[in-house]
Amino acid sequence: MPDFDVIVVGAGPAGSSAALVLARAGRKVCLVERGPFPGSKNMYGGVVYGRILDTLIPEWWKDAPIQRWVTRRATMLMTGTQALTVDFRTDAWAGPPYNGATAYRPDFDSWLAGRAVDAGATLVCDTVAKGLLREGDRPDGAIVGVRTDRPDGDLTAPLVIACDGVNSFLAKEAGLYGEVDPANYTVGVKETVALPREAIEQRFNVRDRDGVDFEILGCTQGIPGGGFLYTNLDTVAVGVVLKVPSLAAQSLRPEEIIARMKAHSAIAPLIEGGEVKEYSAHLIPEAGYDMIPELAGDGMLVAGDAAALCLAAGIWLEGVNFAIGSGIAAGEAATEALTRGDVSAAGLSGYRARLDANFVMKDHKKLRRAAHVIMGERNQLHYPQIACNIVEDMFRVENPDPKPGLRRIVQREVKRSGLRMRDLMRDARDGMRSFG
Amino acid sequence: MSGRRVTGAKRSLRRGKAATAPASTEARRTPAASAYPEVSFEDRMATVDFRVAPDAHIVVDGDACNGCTTKECVVACPANLFVPVADGGILFNYEQCFECGTCYLACNTAGAISWSYPEGGHGVVFRRS
Repeated sequence: MPDFDVIVVGAGPAGSSAALVLARAGRKVCLVERGPFPGSKNMYGGVVYGRILDTLIPEWWKDAPIQRWVTRRATMLMTGTQALTVDFRTDAWAGPPYNGATAYRPDFDSWLAGRAVDAGATLVCDTVAKGLLREGDRPDGAIVGVRTDRPDGDLTAPLVIACDGVNSFLAKEAGLYGEVDPANYTVGVKETVALPREAIEQRFNVRDRDGVDFEILGCTQGIPGGGFLYTNLDTVAVGVVLKVPSLAAQSLRPEEIIARMKAHSAIAPLIEGGEVKEYSAHLIPEAGYDMIPELAGDGMLVAGDAAALCLAAGIWLEGVNFAIGSGIAAGEAATEALTRGDVSAAGLSGYRARLDANFVMKDHKKLRRAAHVIMGERNQLHYPQIACNIVEDMFRVENPDPKPGLRRIVQREVKRSGLRMRDLMRDARDGMRSFG
Repeated sequence: MSGRRVTGAKRSLRRGKAATAPASTEARRTPAASAYPEVSFEDRMATVDFRVAPDAHIVVDGDACNGCTTKECVVACPANLFVPVADGGILFNYEQCFECGTCYLACNTAGAISWSYPEGGHGVVFRRS
């Protein structure tokens, strides 16, 4: 007799959502977490989009440990000495059901895991799932649970859901990933900077629980990636995301790249005087649709970052919602498969079908080229420079010379960039297609 | 919990398992000049809670590192755990690891860095509010 119906590895948003769905369906589910509490290993670039929680946990916003509700969203193009910002604000996101929220992952993930426990899931912390248990200890035997690093060791179940994060050793062990390409990954490096609440509200022009999310392009010293800055109640999170092989191939360290972004005149006054309260880093599966592994094997499903379902598509940077969405689908498909008594890959095909039918796979398919477009050299280096120069030329008054006119400014800046018009047109077309 | 909290000042460095050369370390890389008053790297790492496991979860093959001229791990590791030494090898520290995985992805020398998770309940612990 197995110990459980399902073992979910990893009590992040994917794992806790899967466990919650299974527990509610009356299944005996074990949620294994390697940290001392859920979220203790987790860090992200900032915003939880909660719409996917509406049906799972009605009125979740009354209960969830949210720092601020994002009502102001700024996208900034930066060069060494310039910044051009599209700064959007809406009152619609300041009240229920809200849109985005900032939250500390150790808070948020602990809260969500708590909902799974309330529903009857067994949460086991301080425990690493070291590998898959197979029937008869044969490499080709059916999966029958996980080996852990506890003295009393093994946990058995006919089905394992791997929500073990971006490095997912379980999905790799199960052969669900092909060759791992480092170019598919970025590393996010972040400082949580403490500032008085009043200072944050004055500097970022927000009140009450309203918050700000800045996404920044052109702040990574030529390394493909981007920067972010967002407000918590009494801290500001500021950091960069850097393509791993490109970071490794040059000589600036991640903290130096953050330091340069923080020193920029568009950023420095916002965080001046703040004290670094916590430094952190985490990998991000950045390449989207093209790196998604096989999502189901015999006796196994993969969800969240473990399945590379993080959406890093330039102006859309989402992950927690994709983790929750995939976790819910995994929980439902697992329930179905257990009821039918068929946990083979074929029996678990409801998982992929669910993902294909909702935002998880539809957004990834639609935006499959977006990450590549954003990470391209012209988008990283040339376009922020061209855009900033055009605006600077537009607003610079050089009397007694007359204004040059917008068309001449654009022509001059494109020429100065050394880019070919053909490439510009192609990027414009790719951009429209990628984000369409 | 059996782990202890370490601060940046207490980090210890160890050799790759096959390395034999003398233990003269190069000076730690100094950050680029910046107008912004930066905290030292040690103070930066001292902001993070680590419950240090008794056993290292990173294993470095000293021979492989000795033959590596690019040493991607040195610049890429956000925690600056890998330090090049004069003889061409690498010293490393596992105690203040974010467990991100950047090192093994960045490494271009097959098999040089073996990486797993620290024992359950140990390693980095990001704080709740």
